[in-house]
Amino acid sequence: MTEIRFSGFGGQGIIRCGLITGKALSLYDNKHATMTQSFGPEARGSACSSQLVVSDDRVLYPYISIPEILISMSQEAYEIYEPELSEDGILIIDKDLVKMNPARGKIKTYSVPSTRFAEELGNRITANLVMLGFFSSVTSVVSADAMKKALPGLVPGRFLDLNIKAFDKGYDYGKEILAKEKKSKTPTQKGKK
Amino acid sequence: MKKVKADPKGVLSGSHYLDGDYAIAEGGLAAGCRFFAGYPITPSTETAERFSERIPSVGGVFIQMEDELASIAALIGAVWGGKKSMTVTSGPGFSLMMENIGLACMMETPLVIANVQRGGPSTGLPTLTGQQDMMQVRWGSHGDYKIIALSPDSPQECFDLTIEAFNLSEIYRVPTFVMTDECVGHMHEKVVIPPAEEIELVERKWYTGPKDQYLPYKNDKDMIPFMIKIGDGYRFHTTGLTHDERGYPVINAECQDVCVRHLNDKITMNADKIIRLEEDEIDNAEIIVISYGITSRVTTRAVRQARKAGIKVGTIRLITVWPFPEKRINELAKKVKAFVVPEINYGQMVLEVERCAAGQTPTVHVPHCGGWVHDPDDILKAIKEAAK
Repeated sequence: MTEIRFSGFGGQGIIRCGLITGKALSLYDNKHATMTQSFGPEARGSACSSQLVVSDDRVLYPYISIPEILISMSQEAYEIYEPELSEDGILIIDKDLVKMNPARGKIKTYSVPSTRFAEELGNRITANLVMLGFFSSVTSVVSADAMKKALPGLVPGRFLDLNIKAFDKGYDYGKEILAKEKKSKTPTQKGKK
Repeated sequence: MKKVKADPKGVLSGSHYLDGDYAIAEGGLAAGCRFFAGYPITPSTETAERFSERIPSVGGVFIQMEDELASIAALIGAVWGGKKSMTVTSGPGFSLMMENIGLACMMETPLVIANVQRGGPSTGLPTLTGQQDMMQVRWGSHGDYKIIALSPDSPQECFDLTIEAFNLSEIYRVPTFVMTDECVGHMHEKVVIPPAEEIELVERKWYTGPKDQYLPYKNDKDMIPFMIKIGDGYRFHTTGLTHDERGYPVINAECQDVCVRHLNDKITMNADKIIRLEEDEIDNAEIIVISYGITSRVTTRAVRQARKAGIKVGTIRLITVWPFPEKRINELAKKVKAFVVPEINYGQMVLEVERCAAGQTPTVHVPHCGGWVHDPDDILKAIKEAAK
């Protein structure tokens, strides 16, 4: 079982992130994925979040308790939700929007300039898709194929191509980061020998 | 009872990722609901939104009413005009519906009401969950009457049970309720909608005899009178007053006796046919946990832990909440050490369990005042305590 929280501010498409990932997992990746989300004024401006519980079997408890993965696209959301992240969890941030505190426990951090990339692609509204692409590649919780299949119906038809482009941008950037990580690890491992 | 296949127009066949509220709307449309009148209220509004988007394309009507009193009044009118009709609401709106729910019961009008429960009383917790209207749905309107209520535990069941609610309401000519809650209503999960030809619907029991001989409240062999469509030329009268077979008021104790017994007996005497339970590992159980809706899922997690700890625990999930499975609970009360009843309220369905246990075995309540689901550990603790 994996617990994931997407967080940011209202309007960034944070709830959409949960919807797309949940749909991808449960319709195309053969998993059970239950999504819940923030309601009320917080979903319309200040820190907002959507939560996913992912499992091979039926999800019994629908809410997350100690998430293994936290995605933060705003400072406020990061401050609110970082403390509950599992000590050996994965933290993913928009590097231009979140200024990190010193790392805690064995938390692994990955950062991506998702909003900047989206602006470079022509529309910053797709920052959440850059983030989803990045999240998919660095965590491997969900397949890129499933995520792309999940998009129709959840993003406006005329922006589908742009959203896929944004996803790919984030996905490829994630792959690069992972490759660099591998490279930098290899010599130290050799050194240990 | 005449069974028909669903009209493909209303059936969104395929796999979807939907929340419970949307799934209720899709269930209604698949069941042939072509009239929706309602007033928006959190956390049920998404059902109304979905209806407003979808129902015009299948030839139906959506009306946003001035309030919940009027919503039920409009449904009653639409049903007698020949449509299948439903609405959706939550706590405060449910309270406002009570008067006309009584009218629908008295007029024996089949309709479906979904209540996406939130924490109460009063305005309470608009955006957070509760299971606090479980007694209100049974007793909320004045006088003696009986209704049918179902409790889905997932968006998938929101779809399935809304169809079933329509079928039951048509069979027994009674308002039927889908008693879900904010958690299930706002939770997204996979919902599989089958092809229309696999969805079996109950056709309204239409009267086909001579036009001048129709009696709207003359019981058929199965206790259920025939219906007509107003405007088709049948002579018709109905009222909230105690009435005879013709639907005319008769204000005396004798007619009241016939009328009220009928409203109750048609449900009580068919209870075995209506009630659906999901039982698990009941046979050797020392403890039985009885729950419904979202609480039954959280319960399953606690029960698995209890079994690991060596306790013989069985579970009963109430899919039908009303009529209550009196006989089954009474029978099991003779065999088990205790019943454990978790629910998101301060003690409602537990009273029914206690009544049916009739002193044969203790009943342990695990209350939660609303706003969230139970911590499975609290249910586990209660199971362990009961097993001592």
